[in-house]
Amino acid sequence: MDYAATREEALARIAAAQDLDALEKLRVEFLGKQGSVSLLLKTLGAMSPEERRSTGPQIHALREGVSDALTARKTALEGAALEARLANESVDLTLPAPEAPRGSIHPVSQVLDELAEIFADLGFAVATGPEIEDDWHNFTALNIPESHPARAMHDTFYFPDSDTEGRRMLLRTHTSPVQIRSMLEQGAPIRIIAPGRVYRSDSDATHTPMFHQVEGLVIDKGIHLGHLKWTLETFLKAFFERDDIVLRLRPSYFPFTEPSVEVDVGFAQVNGADGKSRRVLGGCGDAPGHGWMELLGSGMVNRKVIEAGGLDPDEWQGFAFGIGVDRLAMLKYGMDDLRAFFDGDVRWLAHYGFSAFDVPTLSAGVGAGA
Amino acid sequence: MKFSLSWLKDHLETEASVEEIAAKLNAIGLEVEGVEDPSARLAGFRVARVLTAERHPNADKLQVLSVDTGDGTPLQVVCGAPNARAGLVGVLGLPGAVVPAGGFELKKSAIRGIESNGMMCSTRELELGEDHDGIIELPADAPVGMAFAEYHGSDPVFDVAITPNRPDCMGVYGIARDLAAAGLGTLKPITINPVAGNHDCPLPIRTDDPEGCPAFYGRAIRGVKNGAAPEWMQARLKSAGQRPISALVDITNYVMLAYGRPAHAYDLAQLSGAIFARRARDGETALALNGKEYTLDAEMTVIADDKGVHDIAGIMGGEHSGCSEDTTDVLLEVAYFDPQRIAGTGQRLNLTSDARARFERGVDPAFLDKGLDLLTQLILEICGGEASRVVHAGTPPSGTKVVPYHPSLALQLGGVAISDEAQKATLTALGFGMDARWNVIVPSWRPDVDGGADIVEEVVRIHGLDNIESAPLPRIDGVARPTATPAQKLERKLRRAAAARGAHEAVTWSFLPEADAAVFTEGNGGLWLLANPISEDMKAMRPSLLPGLLAAVRRNADRGAAGLRLFELGRRYLRGASGTSDERLTLGLVLAGERTPRGWDAKNNGGKAQSFDAFDAKAEALALLAEAGAPIDNLQVMGEAGAQFHPGQSATLRLGPKTVLARFGMLHPALLKKFDIDLPVAAVELFLDAIPAKKAAGFARSAYAPPALQAVKRDFAFLVDAALPAGDLVRTIRGADKANIVAARLFDDFRGQGVPDGQKSLAIEITLQPGDKSFDEAELKAIAERVTAAAAKLGAVLRG
Repeated sequence: MDYAATREEALARIAAAQDLDALEKLRVEFLGKQGSVSLLLKTLGAMSPEERRSTGPQIHALREGVSDALTARKTALEGAALEARLANESVDLTLPAPEAPRGSIHPVSQVLDELAEIFADLGFAVATGPEIEDDWHNFTALNIPESHPARAMHDTFYFPDSDTEGRRMLLRTHTSPVQIRSMLEQGAPIRIIAPGRVYRSDSDATHTPMFHQVEGLVIDKGIHLGHLKWTLETFLKAFFERDDIVLRLRPSYFPFTEPSVEVDVGFAQVNGADGKSRRVLGGCGDAPGHGWMELLGSGMVNRKVIEAGGLDPDEWQGFAFGIGVDRLAMLKYGMDDLRAFFDGDVRWLAHYGFSAFDVPTLSAGVGAGA
Repeated sequence: MKFSLSWLKDHLETEASVEEIAAKLNAIGLEVEGVEDPSARLAGFRVARVLTAERHPNADKLQVLSVDTGDGTPLQVVCGAPNARAGLVGVLGLPGAVVPAGGFELKKSAIRGIESNGMMCSTRELELGEDHDGIIELPADAPVGMAFAEYHGSDPVFDVAITPNRPDCMGVYGIARDLAAAGLGTLKPITINPVAGNHDCPLPIRTDDPEGCPAFYGRAIRGVKNGAAPEWMQARLKSAGQRPISALVDITNYVMLAYGRPAHAYDLAQLSGAIFARRARDGETALALNGKEYTLDAEMTVIADDKGVHDIAGIMGGEHSGCSEDTTDVLLEVAYFDPQRIAGTGQRLNLTSDARARFERGVDPAFLDKGLDLLTQLILEICGGEASRVVHAGTPPSGTKVVPYHPSLALQLGGVAISDEAQKATLTALGFGMDARWNVIVPSWRPDVDGGADIVEEVVRIHGLDNIESAPLPRIDGVARPTATPAQKLERKLRRAAAARGAHEAVTWSFLPEADAAVFTEGNGGLWLLANPISEDMKAMRPSLLPGLLAAVRRNADRGAAGLRLFELGRRYLRGASGTSDERLTLGLVLAGERTPRGWDAKNNGGKAQSFDAFDAKAEALALLAEAGAPIDNLQVMGEAGAQFHPGQSATLRLGPKTVLARFGMLHPALLKKFDIDLPVAAVELFLDAIPAKKAAGFARSAYAPPALQAVKRDFAFLVDAALPAGDLVRTIRGADKANIVAARLFDDFRGQGVPDGQKSLAIEITLQPGDKSFDEAELKAIAERVTAAAAKLGAVLRG
């Protein structure tokens, strides 16, 4: 028998098989129990040793050749089938994917987180107090007695209610009552910032009846105006990420500080990429094209306030400051309408808000780039 | 406080420029809000001579002038002034100039067919006076062609904000004193020539309210002529923003603005009997010279005569007893009023005035006689007349304040070293005295100074705050510790979690319309309502974060938004103990309108838009609670989310029966209608204060190694009463064999074919975690029996 010719013929038929079914039929025909190659293999048992020695390898070679060809052809046919199926499954990937909603963090929250981060580095904790305050904490303890002209300056929102100690309830006009609460609750030394909502009966383009303030308070031994100046410089440099922040200190008056200091900061009028002229903090306000803007009020805590906080003013002294948070946000991030902060307009929030993952950190920078 | 440079120079000998003065004022705490140069408004006006004046051919009252402006070429100008004539030197406004009165720009024009190249101006048109009878006539030798601003002279006006602690600087003299102390010139002494008076005051002066009015000094001046005040005084007053009225009134205003000493001049003819200070009677009324009637109370002081009230003391004079053009005899009042009395009265009457601003801050109690002398002197000079002798009723407070001080305090508190000599010089220049041991005597005009810190402020502000060197705060030793409290960390985490889940953070008003707030108040002791809201829309403190968010939803929907995810994390305001407030951190989240817009993919709801539903709210609530570290597997879903919610599609999430961590669901359609919202809204409110704080036990987690053997899943289907909450069955099954069942998950809720009416089929997949060895058949069977037995307690029957 011409095994080689049989092999060639089988391989040709395998190569010609057009699908897996046809291939399977060939497998049965050649290698099935009654397959032609299988039957040839069975003839080996009846052969003489010499015959087997000469014929055996040929039959085995035939079986292997057929088997390998079947496997190879199967792989090829399967690959082609998969390719055909996949070709059928193609989709237009320019179609829109399901939209994942994108949320945002409000600029006020973002800036409050930035402030907390910067001041934590200077050893300040965050303190809070009630917004519905009593007139003792908001005024009297801060050295603003009844019928003091400064009370009228505050445009206070009052409630008709009094607490059980007869103190008139009101909406705090500043975050300064937290000074008193912190001193009374934790004693000295103190390093805190106290951010939060404050309220004044005032409404126009640059004033809203509710806004945000952050109070700073340091009570310790030997604290003086130089420390105040350094703290404000350090904070503002870190906040605006600029080394050229220049402050101008002016004497002023706040009943709860003595001496009292109004702080101006130098700015440059700069044309932005959006064609809008903005004040950018930095540089000396006296330089050409520069100016000074009022930024915050501060001073050395008045002895009477330290006493109201239950501390001995001969032992403890310190400084306090208060600054508008919304204003800081506007200066840093370029919003120009305070009223939009409280409108909840999703278009505005999407534009000026921050990614949830823009968490201010010292290493990555506390500011979030546009 | 406004004043002109020339007025300042009445009191301060100085060569300093306007810029230097402004800079120094700022540096010493007298904040300059602006420096206005009135002459800047005269740009484009020129001294000009009328060469010829001809009758206008088309108008009887107009003339056609040829005007020499110094350029060589005369201009033709049409003019209607009766005094326009050849040879007159006046003021010509050229085209382009803006006329101060009226603010219009002059243009080249034709008047009745004749070209006119400008306008000859009257005093009133340039706002230099009231005269409008004709055009300005300057002296014949006035330099033709000179800019009129230059000819008229520049007298810049400073506008300075005076802080409430500085009544002494509410007069130009006090400002001059501060500037002199700061080295900007020499303070000129006040020249006072006391007038003794040659007759007795014709009516008695008393103070019957020595508390409110400790001192009332006065005198009469008879035979005065009350015309217009002299030009120089009018100019001073105008620079201060005051309208000149008549000489007598202007003189009292002038002394107030120059020396910070308010006074009042009565028309003696309108007074009867005696004049005196007394307490007002409750309900008594006073007609003030602003034409308004005020109802007074017994805590206020008035100046009255035997017939009735004239003045609201220290605040405003009376309508009927002020000086008029006909006044011939005048009575001067120079009094000292208790600052608190004036402040209280002014606040209650809501009445402000220049006098009040000074009295409530505290005028110089040692300046009454001087003030009276200055007034007398000016009246005699300007209005003539004869002064009576002075009547002194009562005495002003006279104690001298002495503050023990030590110059080292400047460094200790102010952080700047200033020599003893320099400190002494500053204090002396400001009028302070001192003994050898630094006991500092406070001048009578400085009621604000009563401690060492005040003295530090004086020497430091005059020395210059810019000289303070920055000094680093000492760094706190040791490892940096976190400063945020657990509550603060929770707040920050939740805020960012909500934003990461796709919601925009809003910050909305703390106050709401009362009606909006009222819908959200339930058993929290009532709303906090403002007594003086800025508007009715901002009256009630929010008892929930949802109404503010709903108002934002409405605004956004009105702008065309179809799907919204908004949240806010802030306080809600409840009633607390002892009449205080109870402010609780709350997260409000609203999901309004479309969760998914219509799309191309038909497999998704047929491509139709899908609205948010209660399960979206539940998913947010649970996800946020999980971030907050709440044990969400142990939470119970219970009803009673509140009347604001859809009664059948809302619930609370509780830890135990009482602690409500959150409420969620669809909002009630009636509520949405009330808020004018057409979209369906799902909402969540998370109560941060109710979330149990995680116990901090260091950084190490409890020990854990993933089990070696694979978990086994088994499905069960039960027939239960249709009203049985599925969650109850899931919880029960999960608890049926705590040792082996690690999870139970519902995957089918079926009603219909094969399920009897009034029942439903719930299918639950349980996950079993083997320990050291795999479950054998007997164990699996036993677990399944425990599951069915537990379910049976809820009436659940295993489906065959």
